[in-house]
Amino acid sequence: MTLASDHRTPPPGLAIATPLPDILKKVKPRTGFVGFLRRYPTIAIGGFLLLVLIFVAVFAGYLGTVDPTAISPSRRNRVPSELYWFGTDMLGRDLYSRVLYGTRVSLTVGFCVAIFASIGGLAIGLIAGYVRWLDGLVMRAMDSLMSIPPILLAVALMAITRGSVGNVILAITVAEIPRVARLVRGVVLSLREQPYVDGAIAAGTRTPMIILRHILPNTLAPMTVQATYICGSAMIVEAILSFIGAGTPPNIPSWGNIMAEGRALWQVKPFIVFFPAAFLSVTVLAVNLLGDGLRDMLDPRASKGH
Amino acid sequence: MTRPLLEVNDLKKHYRIAGGLFGGKPSYVYAVDGVSFEVARGETLSLVGESGCGKSTVGRAVLRLFDITSGQVVLDGQRMDDASKDTLQTFRRRVQVVFQDPFSSLNPRMKVRDILAEPIRNFGLARSSAEVDERVNKLMDLVGLPREAVKRLPHQFSGGQRQRICIARALAAEPELIVCDEAVSALDVSVKAQIVNLLQDLQRELGLALLFISHDLAIVEHMTHRVAVMYLGKLVEVAPKRELFAAPRHPYTRALLSAVPLPEPGAQRERIILKGDVPSPVNPPKGCRFHTRCPHAFERCRVEEPELKIAPGDHWSACHLNDLPLAENPMVTPLAS
Amino acid sequence: MALLEVENLQVHFRTPVGVNRAVDGVSFHVEEGETLAIVGESGCGKSVTSMSMLRLIPEPPGKIAGQVRFAGRDLLKLSDKEMRAIRGNDISMIFQEPMTSLNPVLTVGRQIGETLRLHQGLDAAAAEAKAVEMLTLVGIPAPERRVKEYPHQLSGGMRQRVMIAIALACNPKLLIADEPTTALDVTIQAQILDLMRDLKHRVGAAIVLITHDLGVVAEVAERVMVMYAGRKVEEAPVRELFSNPRHPYTQGLLGAVPKLGSSLSGESTRLAEIPGQVPSLTKPIQGCVFAGRCAIATDVCRTWAPALEMKAPRHVAACHYALKEAVAA
Repeated sequence: MTLASDHRTPPPGLAIATPLPDILKKVKPRTGFVGFLRRYPTIAIGGFLLLVLIFVAVFAGYLGTVDPTAISPSRRNRVPSELYWFGTDMLGRDLYSRVLYGTRVSLTVGFCVAIFASIGGLAIGLIAGYVRWLDGLVMRAMDSLMSIPPILLAVALMAITRGSVGNVILAITVAEIPRVARLVRGVVLSLREQPYVDGAIAAGTRTPMIILRHILPNTLAPMTVQATYICGSAMIVEAILSFIGAGTPPNIPSWGNIMAEGRALWQVKPFIVFFPAAFLSVTVLAVNLLGDGLRDMLDPRASKGH
Repeated sequence: MTRPLLEVNDLKKHYRIAGGLFGGKPSYVYAVDGVSFEVARGETLSLVGESGCGKSTVGRAVLRLFDITSGQVVLDGQRMDDASKDTLQTFRRRVQVVFQDPFSSLNPRMKVRDILAEPIRNFGLARSSAEVDERVNKLMDLVGLPREAVKRLPHQFSGGQRQRICIARALAAEPELIVCDEAVSALDVSVKAQIVNLLQDLQRELGLALLFISHDLAIVEHMTHRVAVMYLGKLVEVAPKRELFAAPRHPYTRALLSAVPLPEPGAQRERIILKGDVPSPVNPPKGCRFHTRCPHAFERCRVEEPELKIAPGDHWSACHLNDLPLAENPMVTPLAS
Repeated sequence: MALLEVENLQVHFRTPVGVNRAVDGVSFHVEEGETLAIVGESGCGKSVTSMSMLRLIPEPPGKIAGQVRFAGRDLLKLSDKEMRAIRGNDISMIFQEPMTSLNPVLTVGRQIGETLRLHQGLDAAAAEAKAVEMLTLVGIPAPERRVKEYPHQLSGGMRQRVMIAIALACNPKLLIADEPTTALDVTIQAQILDLMRDLKHRVGAAIVLITHDLGVVAEVAERVMVMYAGRKVEEAPVRELFSNPRHPYTQGLLGAVPKLGSSLSGESTRLAEIPGQVPSLTKPIQGCVFAGRCAIATDVCRTWAPALEMKAPRHVAACHYALKEAVAA
């Protein structure tokens, strides 16, 4: 028997091994963009939905919308039609326009909270994790913050400030920081036990550089995943705050506001609540899908090719 | 007599594991409980023992990775356990480390060049970036890795190659002593031989002293000049290699040696199988710490802790048997192998 | 007929970078009551081989082909239910890590008893009695007390003894031990090896011992099979293999291990190193798998993969240049 890949004949007297069959079909490993999408479908779906929503938020004014605050008493509570795609509300405002503009509030709140809570939590977590004597103090403070339900905390903070999108972001950020801080502290505590950190200490690296060069970069992966979940939860909290009238002021259309206004008419005109609710669900789903995908991608155990 | 490079005097490291701030009786792990030894320039001293005996803690204490409970770590006549930040920095340059696990010893996000440049920059061993590169290239040559590999990340290397990078990082500081904490234990047989040979070559070329911490007695015998055997936080025997392997004077060392499986089928030899497990270092036995497992223990061992005593051939051992008349001491017969 | 006959076993895995041919055409047999050691370095496929014999490889991403005949039945053709009846009963397994292989929330007695109740239909009381008996067999002091304890209350050596007790509870005909002493300290390892040798005489089970430690092999095995890059490269009775290794890889492995007592003979030799790395198993290998690291490899080796050949009585090796004695047919 000769090897198919070789044309020469083997020297006489040699015992040649029989080539073995492939028992798994050869699949060309897909590389590049297509391979990435196939391996991480949740990132693809979540990312695509999120991109569409960002597009909607940015170009809300050019997508066939009218002024979302324009009141028209003669056209109140219209059902969805060719003219009013999502219908109108009790003040005759175009729901399609309101829901599209509402995307802006939700995404702004979600992204801003994710970013600010990450930065704040990262700083506190790094300090608590690396400066041992501060740890007890800082983490007990974080624990007491966490013992208050985040919505209650946000309501309380909103009560003492003026209702504005900025204050909503601030309130939710304060409520989310302890969660991030706790995560980062845990990661830092495990990272500082890593031999490469000891190796860097032995190599004469001073503490600030240890944190910046060896600890911080390795916390970014779990942080990114956590940030997406925070983004999702911040959008929900914003909607809840607006729904109970403690969030985004009523003159700015937000999904929570729209749902709050449609609440009274829920049984007769359910579409007023339905459209903003559907958008909120899809947005949070997109963000969470993206987070799950990122977690799989950034987890070194899952990405090992074995 | 010349001054030893490293002296460790009555080193103790106790960890608190319970009690403290909110009451409760504090209890301690006596990880290292009074250990003294010296390492001469260019010498290899091996620290052997089973897991939990405190050998790694000694290594980390020598590296000053934490504050010790009591005792002294003296480098070249200078005390390091209470050194100021600046002295500590020069000390760190002279004492480097290679750890066991080549996968977690390198920052996964740093390129090899940056990993090697870190100690060079920290200790001010190069004036320009070009000089750093030159040194990095020399280090790669020294440990037998291709120069192009400096642009790669740690995960692109095999275990043995990573261990070479770890050795290169240790050498970058131009140290006089390298602590090898189980540096070859995690490697495969054929790669282990490569790294052992590399360490020996480097030691000869650069005149390095090694503190070789290991549980693998065959590798230790191959590598070392002197051996120190630890059991439950204490040294039980310290001797030059040939002394220790030919005629161990402590029953624990004997049991340890006889327990190593030999790659010789049918080899006939005396097998001492120790009963039971190593006691907890939270509550070490009174008297001799080994008496609970020692086949020769007698009354004195249960009450009085033996001290390290010297015998001819610079052979130190801590065992009451060695106070007995020669005829009654089972420890004087050479080990049948 | 041998107790276990493995023929042309292939275990491949689908990975993002291609198909990993972890085990590629391995054949061997184990006689009743015999101890066969499978030796090799990490990634040589020795553990995958043992796992695939019990079909413990997840499919996908893995795929097993070939034949694994146990007492005449091809295990790869059995239904899942028939396979479950064999695992832990006719064939049982001991793993490397005794802590993670035991369930932390069940008592030791429950865990030993479980296999007995499952396979032999014993009631709770009988199972517990048998558990005490098994703990006595593996040399655990105060077994009546220990059966009621949880794994975390035992030391590493004790846990490995419990693992052995579980494995032997149903009187298996074959015991697969995957690095059973690697995680243990040397004095505890000596205890466990001693126990395994002793039990072998008393219980009479055949053992397949997977290990990378040549010392352990020399102490317990009767026959040795050396694996490299997913292939079997050599097999011989243990003494023959250590005194007369034929394959350059086996020779390299034996030369790379320092021997205890080497300093006494005064020789301070350099360890033999095998240069280079194990080849990637996701890419096709032309010729001999070891050619890239072999000191005596020629173009012939790099072109033509050697088949396993009888080099001496009961001694096979896959090398074109290995010394061959005249073998009477």
